Amino acid sequence: MKQIVFESPSQQLWKRFCKNKVGLWALGLILFLTLIAAATLLLSWLGLPWPMNPNATDLSQKLLLPNRLHWLGTDHLGRDVFSRMLHGAPISLTVGFTTVIVSLSIGVLIGSVAGYCGGKIDQLLMRLVDAFLCFPTFFLILTAVALLGPSLMNIIVVIGLVSWTGTARLVRGEFLTLRETQYINAAQILGQKSSTIILRHILPNAAGVILITAVLGIPEAILAEAGLSFLGFGVQPPQATWGNIIADGKTYLLEAWWLILFPGFAIFITALAFYLVGDSLREAGEKK
Amino acid sequence: MLSFILRRLGLSIILLFLISFISFFIITLTPGSPYPWGEMNPKISPEVKAAFRKKFHLDFPLHQQYEMMLHDLFTGELRSMKDDLPVMKKIISRLPATLALNVMAILFSLSFGTLLGLYGSLYRGNWKDMSLSCLSFLFIALPGFWISYLLVLALVKHIGIPILGTQSYGVDFPTDLARWLDRLWHLMLPAIILSLAGIATQSRYLRSSMIETLRENYILTARAKGLSPTVVLYQHALRNSLRPLITGIGMLLPSLISGSVIIETIFAYPGMGQLGYQAVLERDYPILITLNMIVATMVLLGNLFSDLLYALVDPRVRLE
Repeated sequence: MKQIVFESPSQQLWKRFCKNKVGLWALGLILFLTLIAAATLLLSWLGLPWPMNPNATDLSQKLLLPNRLHWLGTDHLGRDVFSRMLHGAPISLTVGFTTVIVSLSIGVLIGSVAGYCGGKIDQLLMRLVDAFLCFPTFFLILTAVALLGPSLMNIIVVIGLVSWTGTARLVRGEFLTLRETQYINAAQILGQKSSTIILRHILPNAAGVILITAVLGIPEAILAEAGLSFLGFGVQPPQATWGNIIADGKTYLLEAWWLILFPGFAIFITALAFYLVGDSLREAGEKK
Repeated sequence: MLSFILRRLGLSIILLFLISFISFFIITLTPGSPYPWGEMNPKISPEVKAAFRKKFHLDFPLHQQYEMMLHDLFTGELRSMKDDLPVMKKIISRLPATLALNVMAILFSLSFGTLLGLYGSLYRGNWKDMSLSCLSFLFIALPGFWISYLLVLALVKHIGIPILGTQSYGVDFPTDLARWLDRLWHLMLPAIILSLAGIATQSRYLRSSMIETLRENYILTARAKGLSPTVVLYQHALRNSLRPLITGIGMLLPSLISGSVIIETIFAYPGMGQLGYQAVLERDYPILITLNMIVATMVLLGNLFSDLLYALVDPRVRLE
């Protein structure tokens, strides 16, 4: 007799996700980066910045090519680019992860209320989403961060407040279909409260969609932060971020290519890894 | 049809009010002052400050400031706080450059996006398709400023493509053709970089819609009738798969304007993105609000246009 194995939707998703090698590699890369960022933070907290102090200047060592001591060269103040990049990693990842928490909470709240209630409330909330979709997102973020004053907190909150619309739309769509299912009908007939139905019955079933938008939201936040840093409205110096190493290096573009190449590559590869994981998850969720 | 357009226009006006409201309060409720000379400058006499506040209605409560701003916006009397020029004049002076850049970027996005998407759908599951979809993610994940500098390093240093601004100054061009080619070269690099993300998204849209169309029964019928694969592909499948691209055009605009803030700054390209960035630096509120409103209007009109086009292309769509 054939044995029937019951798997939860998340187990199924994970199983299908594992079949895609590209997605797994990308996930591995993200874990590796997170580990490095955590280790860097821990070491500098212990007072042992590795491999060097990212803010120690030495004008006799300025604009050195990558060499044995300075693996990725030095910048115009003689600071070690490799150390600065390591110390920039926690910033990018923090912005990526926490921004998504902000935008998810708003997006899920608005999306679920609109999708579940329908009617006038739905119309009203969706018009708000439409209004936000008309804004040039990065310009709005730049304006708000520049006016509020650039700090890690402000950047996270502003990017989060601006980028919830995609999540809200998707969650609303999921809720619209799930609302019509029989088990939700049953729950309503049993007289359960709307909040219980939303939180206990619908939301867990929309978790897949939410996870995917979350993962795809992370690289967007990282890229937005890098752009802000590049324009001088990111986390402020002397704190190194991948964006502001490039911003500092652009003056020396023609003589010091390493100041542009390596930090940009770090931004690029991190964003790419998140996009690939997100896409792989999306595909895993589609094959039903 | 007409009632649909009217209803959508009405809705757009409501949305525009919402947008003006959001942008006005984001800008005015944040700390800091718009004074071009700095708030604490001791050399500025109180009279000058008072005159400035009066001119830009800064003495009124916020809700009245908002009303006056709207009034000035629609009568075209809004003036830049920085140099007292009418905002519309400043923006119109940027219009040709902006239009050239964005039209070029949209053309690139649509044409290359369609090509890549079509190619990907033909070789679905194949390594060619895999590498194309990796390529599209590469394009999305590329930070615009990084790739700009890399291209500047590679192309400008070694091949000598002219960049910065819209044309080379101090050069006597022998013919008009040479002058226009010079302008085109200046346009090329920013437009390509700006269109990368658009190429990627459009190609993914087209790929998935092509794959869906190729599964339809009428494609099977067309093949069974013995039509040549090219005819089936281009006249039957591609035509019907182009619909998502139409929706894409409206949504491309906001991301283009966003991207152009950074790209125009790097290439010293005198478009609206650069104007916006300068206005942010100078806290020039009237310009910021007007720019947001103009982009929003363009997006709303673009969406309306693409919906109409959609109905025109696909007779199954009913406008209601």
